[in-house]
Amino acid sequence: MLKKFLYSQKVAPYVFVLPFILVFIIFWLYPLGNSFSMSFQKTTLGQGAQWIGTDNYTKLMGDGVFLKAVTNSVIYMVMTLAILIPFPMLFAVLINNKFMWGREFFKSTFFFPALTSVVVAGTIFRLMFGEMEGSLINSFLGLFGMEPMKFLKGQFTGYIALIALATWRWTGVNMLYFLSGLQNIPEDYYEAASIDGASPFQKFTRITMPLLKPTTIYVLTISIYAGLAMFIESMMLWNGNNSPKNIGLTIVGYLYRQGIEKNNLGYAAAVGIVLLAITMVINLTQLAFSGMFKKED
Amino acid sequence: MKKNKAFILLIIMSMILVLSGCGKASNSSAGGEKSVLDAGAGENATELSYWTFVELHGQHFEKMLGKWNAANPDRQIKLNVTVMPYDDMHNKLSIALQTGVGAPDISDIELGKYPDFLAGTPQLEPLNDVVEQYKDSIVQSQLDLYSKEGTVYGLSTHVGATVAFYNTEILDEAGVNYKDIVTWDDFKKAGIQVYEKTGKYMGTADTSAVWQESLLLAQQGADLTDDAGNPKVNSPEMIKALTMLKDLKDNNVISTIAGGQPDTEEAYGEYNAGNYVTAFMPLWQMSRYTNYMADLSGKIAIAPLPVFEKGMPRSYGGGGTATVVTKTAKDIQLAKEFIAYAKLSLDANIEIWNTLGFDPINMSVWDMKDVTHNPENQFVKYFVNNPFDVLNEVKDEIMLIKSTSASPTINNVLCTVTLNEIFEDGKDVTEALNAAQEQIVQDLK
Repeated sequence: MLKKFLYSQKVAPYVFVLPFILVFIIFWLYPLGNSFSMSFQKTTLGQGAQWIGTDNYTKLMGDGVFLKAVTNSVIYMVMTLAILIPFPMLFAVLINNKFMWGREFFKSTFFFPALTSVVVAGTIFRLMFGEMEGSLINSFLGLFGMEPMKFLKGQFTGYIALIALATWRWTGVNMLYFLSGLQNIPEDYYEAASIDGASPFQKFTRITMPLLKPTTIYVLTISIYAGLAMFIESMMLWNGNNSPKNIGLTIVGYLYRQGIEKNNLGYAAAVGIVLLAITMVINLTQLAFSGMFKKED
Repeated sequence: MKKNKAFILLIIMSMILVLSGCGKASNSSAGGEKSVLDAGAGENATELSYWTFVELHGQHFEKMLGKWNAANPDRQIKLNVTVMPYDDMHNKLSIALQTGVGAPDISDIELGKYPDFLAGTPQLEPLNDVVEQYKDSIVQSQLDLYSKEGTVYGLSTHVGATVAFYNTEILDEAGVNYKDIVTWDDFKKAGIQVYEKTGKYMGTADTSAVWQESLLLAQQGADLTDDAGNPKVNSPEMIKALTMLKDLKDNNVISTIAGGQPDTEEAYGEYNAGNYVTAFMPLWQMSRYTNYMADLSGKIAIAPLPVFEKGMPRSYGGGGTATVVTKTAKDIQLAKEFIAYAKLSLDANIEIWNTLGFDPINMSVWDMKDVTHNPENQFVKYFVNNPFDVLNEVKDEIMLIKSTSASPTINNVLCTVTLNEIFEDGKDVTEALNAAQEQIVQDLK
């Protein structure tokens, strides 16, 4: 009986996908449903949760700090997209070129930061961008006769540090995605283009970029999610969740502040649900525009 | 065929493994630096766990544990100490108490976070019964600080009398005598002279702590909250305090410091380099000098705080840590009696000064010359004058800033936004404080 069941062609696929489905239900769907119901509750230490309707959401809409966190996260996401898609793509094309020397060396050098723990990297960047005269960046500025800057206390300069950290960490990873995408483009296309007299730039824009589209969309999708969900980088850079004037506060940081630091889990759940909504809207719009939902011909 | 069977078996086994991983609650406690103190405890000793964010507190408990175990052979204790960073420890404790799983038997909670743990129904044990026998010997206000509706939930470690720490070497260079500084006007004059002669700043404009605002409010008999505990950060007294500080900053008397306040790693570096003369801090800052600014030994003098007008109180009790017993403790009564003994007994108070350099809440220790003036004591050796000479001078002038359920939010808004706007961006004081008040009220809704 068992043998028949296990060898059944109809059942087998379900058995194989079962682990994923279970993990999805237990670690994603169930907590999500729970958070959703919690976002309509008020939780107090040692007392049962109280239903308060949409109060958490109403409060969230008028919450200036939350708005600041959302703005911060969105700006961070846009800036990482602007840097972490074109540059890794360019580097991948360069490294993929047969005539490029030291290809393996560059591959590993670019990828190396991704192996570093974000906690360690964040701490090092905090020291680099420190406000004292002897901090790395300030002593470098000193060589040009510039006054020391308080990088981590200003909105713009804070972003410089944050984006520098993201660029340093993720360029290599995205480059590897693009490199694997490039492997799938047949060499013949380029040969044919050469025979037709196409310039390297034309080859890049007419062959490489269009054929890299699935990879680009994948990188774009995960980068949107990663940008909006960023938290630890900011926490490490400012040595805690409280940056001056909240310049480094992200949506997840705000969720952490409300839920964990202030014991206000209901309100934090509402923050989480809004984050999910924002991410879904941006990503689904992006995927719809790039034609990912269309049936392939 | 055989291969297929083996493969299916493997898949089923791995699924079982994955699933069994979900059901089990993890028993391992939080990360951090761990050590077991047995302090002469026998095999039958009860093992209690203790979380703290200050490594030094563990040293004090070790001393008191030895004495407890010797005096109570049938109720001996082994203490399992875990030291974690400040935020980590409080966050983990908060989650453990919320869920009712994984909390230690005994824990430290810092004053700034304490009101969050008293919200709702505190998951901490009332300590009134064990406090009773020590009640008359300790400062009542320190018990009130950690109480809710008359029930004591935490035991204080120190009074935290705030004083001025002056670097006499720089002052001598500038020709200033710190003993002449009585009012904030004197401080300003001295500061202008120091800046002109040496190019150094007389003090700090703190952006990430509210010590300075609290002490200036306490001097005026005001507070950050009203009598009902509601936030009141745009009061005339607060505006006066910050306007004065901003004026000092505009005259190069004080300046913002890396790290945002004197009790940070970056700031220790600045003080070591001799870039700032003064720190206005609670007395526990002494241990930071002995531990992190050893080069300044013999150069730092302690003095009462400057005041707006002569006759105003010259100190306030700043900061503090409560030790609590959680509702899930293994042996609640034993834990309660031990922490009361380790923090409230006369012996404990003497050791708190000897080991930690804190001003004990049993004020009779303040008069024990052999303890407070012991020439072998590291704090007595380090400072120019004896800390207790200053403490006894301001003994009756130590004010208190209330800790209410609004306090964590007030601290958060002032330290992340308001003080940075005023001292870094030069924003108008009244405007910044009005915005802060609005933000705090909105947050507390």
